[in-house]
Amino acid sequence: MKLNGAQILINSLKSEGVKHIFGYPGGAVLHIYDALNACDEIKHILVRHEQGATHAADGYARASGQCGVALVTSGPGITNAVTGIATAYMDSIPMVIISGQVPSALIGNDAFQEVDAVGITRSCVKHNFLIKDINQIANTIKKAFYIATTGRPGPVLIDIPKDITIAAIESKPYPNSVEMRSYQIPSRADSAQINAAVDFIASAKCPIIYSGGGCIIGNADFELRAFTRQLGFPITQTLMGLGAYPATDKQSLGMLGMHGTYEANMAMHDADCVIAVGARFDDRVTANIDKFCPNAKIIHIDIDPSSIAKNVAVDVAIVGDVKSVLSDLMTKMKTKSIQDISPWWLQINQWRSIDSLAYQTKSGVIKPQTVIETLYEVTKGNAIVTSDVGQHQMWAAQYYQFDQPRRWISSGGLGTMGFGLPAAMGAKFAKPELDVACVTGEGSIQMMTQELSTMLQYAIPVKIVNLNNGYLGMVRQWQEFFYDKRYSMSYMDALPDFVKLAESYGHIGIKIEKESDLKSALIEAFKQKDRTVFLDILIDPTENVFPMIPSGAGHHEMLLAGRDKMASTNDKGLNLV
Amino acid sequence: MRHIISVLLENEAGALSRVAGLFSARGFNIESLTVAATNDSTLSRMTIVSIDDNNIIEQVVKQLNKLIDVVKVTDLTATEHIERELLLVKVDINQQTQADIDKKIDAFSCKIVDVSEDTYTIELAGKSQKINDFLASLDASKILEVSRTGVTGVCMKREN
Repeated sequence: MKLNGAQILINSLKSEGVKHIFGYPGGAVLHIYDALNACDEIKHILVRHEQGATHAADGYARASGQCGVALVTSGPGITNAVTGIATAYMDSIPMVIISGQVPSALIGNDAFQEVDAVGITRSCVKHNFLIKDINQIANTIKKAFYIATTGRPGPVLIDIPKDITIAAIESKPYPNSVEMRSYQIPSRADSAQINAAVDFIASAKCPIIYSGGGCIIGNADFELRAFTRQLGFPITQTLMGLGAYPATDKQSLGMLGMHGTYEANMAMHDADCVIAVGARFDDRVTANIDKFCPNAKIIHIDIDPSSIAKNVAVDVAIVGDVKSVLSDLMTKMKTKSIQDISPWWLQINQWRSIDSLAYQTKSGVIKPQTVIETLYEVTKGNAIVTSDVGQHQMWAAQYYQFDQPRRWISSGGLGTMGFGLPAAMGAKFAKPELDVACVTGEGSIQMMTQELSTMLQYAIPVKIVNLNNGYLGMVRQWQEFFYDKRYSMSYMDALPDFVKLAESYGHIGIKIEKESDLKSALIEAFKQKDRTVFLDILIDPTENVFPMIPSGAGHHEMLLAGRDKMASTNDKGLNLV
Repeated sequence: MRHIISVLLENEAGALSRVAGLFSARGFNIESLTVAATNDSTLSRMTIVSIDDNNIIEQVVKQLNKLIDVVKVTDLTATEHIERELLLVKVDINQQTQADIDKKIDAFSCKIVDVSEDTYTIELAGKSQKINDFLASLDASKILEVSRTGVTGVCMKREN
């Protein structure tokens, strides 16, 4: 039987087990959409903007662990998708993006809706392909999914000219495997390196485990928990790693980095052994690199060799899949004794007693921290929480206690405003049985409100928690601290009536102005199982995110919230103003 | 330190721009870059000269290895190797200068590959330093055009 390129493409996606595609049609992909129309196994979700398609595919991938798939047309279709591709790339999210291209004969001719998709996306994909031969469609898709989902995952783009989707050939079976001499996934980690790590771990008196997104992407949460509990070491997690280890566990010190807890950052600074597991020493985590972990031996476990020694020199480099490396380490550690670290725990508990996430409530205003704590309470900590980018993102990370992986979905690396709502949509498709909340701000949400329309069309129930302070809050916070309160362009005038906006899209809108209404409104919202509810919550516009490590400072030089004033820490510890 | 990095990569459209793009995106230096197909028509050999700290070069090698089209990366500088570069230089000739230039051509074992009424085109293959020395020996005002291929190189021992 003869099949055209579009049919081969769709059949290949079916063979890869694709169940959902987020996309938007256009001239170059009309044949693909025609083939998709005849396919019952794949559900296509028509977004309202291609950036929404890539973020939704990304949220789907993060929530499910499966590869997300987006389909867009040539030209503006793919350029709109680029932000979502770059977002996925920075956070190592498995995604396959199929973009239409003008017919082969027109490539390079400045044809209508032509852009060099492969060129534009080159620096923000794990790999990309331009299919030039209909016989290569199936093989290329096989390769794309293999590359996207193995090793350190990432987005892979397939650009397919229109004529290739129209041409027809005899159908062939989908390939079972791929062979790529130039792409090898790291095999089991080097045992010499494992042994070296074991020696450092065994002799550590002030150890800390610093775990990142790799533990979630690598499905290593079980091993991370077992490893941490076996050793009894304190653990701190990056923004991307939240949930891999339960936040409510006593060994957890919370998040580290620019807005990390006092105990996590101080423990990093004073540690003599840092075990980095699937984390990449990002600048938001390390703070001033010259002041980073001055006394520590550093063990770095990562599947990507280029992550190792990129920012920080390490003492032991273990290249491998975190899941298997942690298993190997646990086996080796069983026969080793470790140091008594109770003095270290005493010190940590002293830092903890400062309660760096404490905040002052004020009558008449709703504190954003209270909103997140109430969200946690109402959802019993079981919701998937997506976020946009800014202050609300940090509050969500600090005050929602993530005890399970794949419940916290946030753009960590690229910091993409507009990510939260489409990502929530994708997450809901991946996990329909879970409540999904999108914590956002009035700045971020306005970058993607058009997706409210998609959510109506497909009846996707998401609870939007809009922390509305009328400011681009994180910008305002930096301007307050470092630009002498010159609030340049951080105030957003002429906000829409979000309740009416939600209602005009067929959803429920609730405005919350009093703290006494907060909990009941959240309970009511989550009772609406099959409706999207937009909660526009007017919060204290002056609230800032603490603790904070200002640029140039080290982990031990945090600014802390103290009775409406900033307090700073130094080598000797807390210095409350 | 100066490193010569030899990259074996898939001979596919776009592979060159992936490597060049990596260098510019990550702010790595390129002194020279040469590329051509090998005896295996599916593979190209690219030779890159980069001058940077050893830890940056380590990152360059790792990032190159990460590119899907790259099959093998060798830092030739870390092994016994041979490097060569080809120079074509066109110089202005007149009765006063010719004898001097002829002497230098002999001293550096260059070849004259083209002679016109008032120019020589001279060919010289060798290490980059030799080419630098030869060019430095010429009267700069007489050099009309310089074209260098950039370095290519091979490891001296049989590779596995």
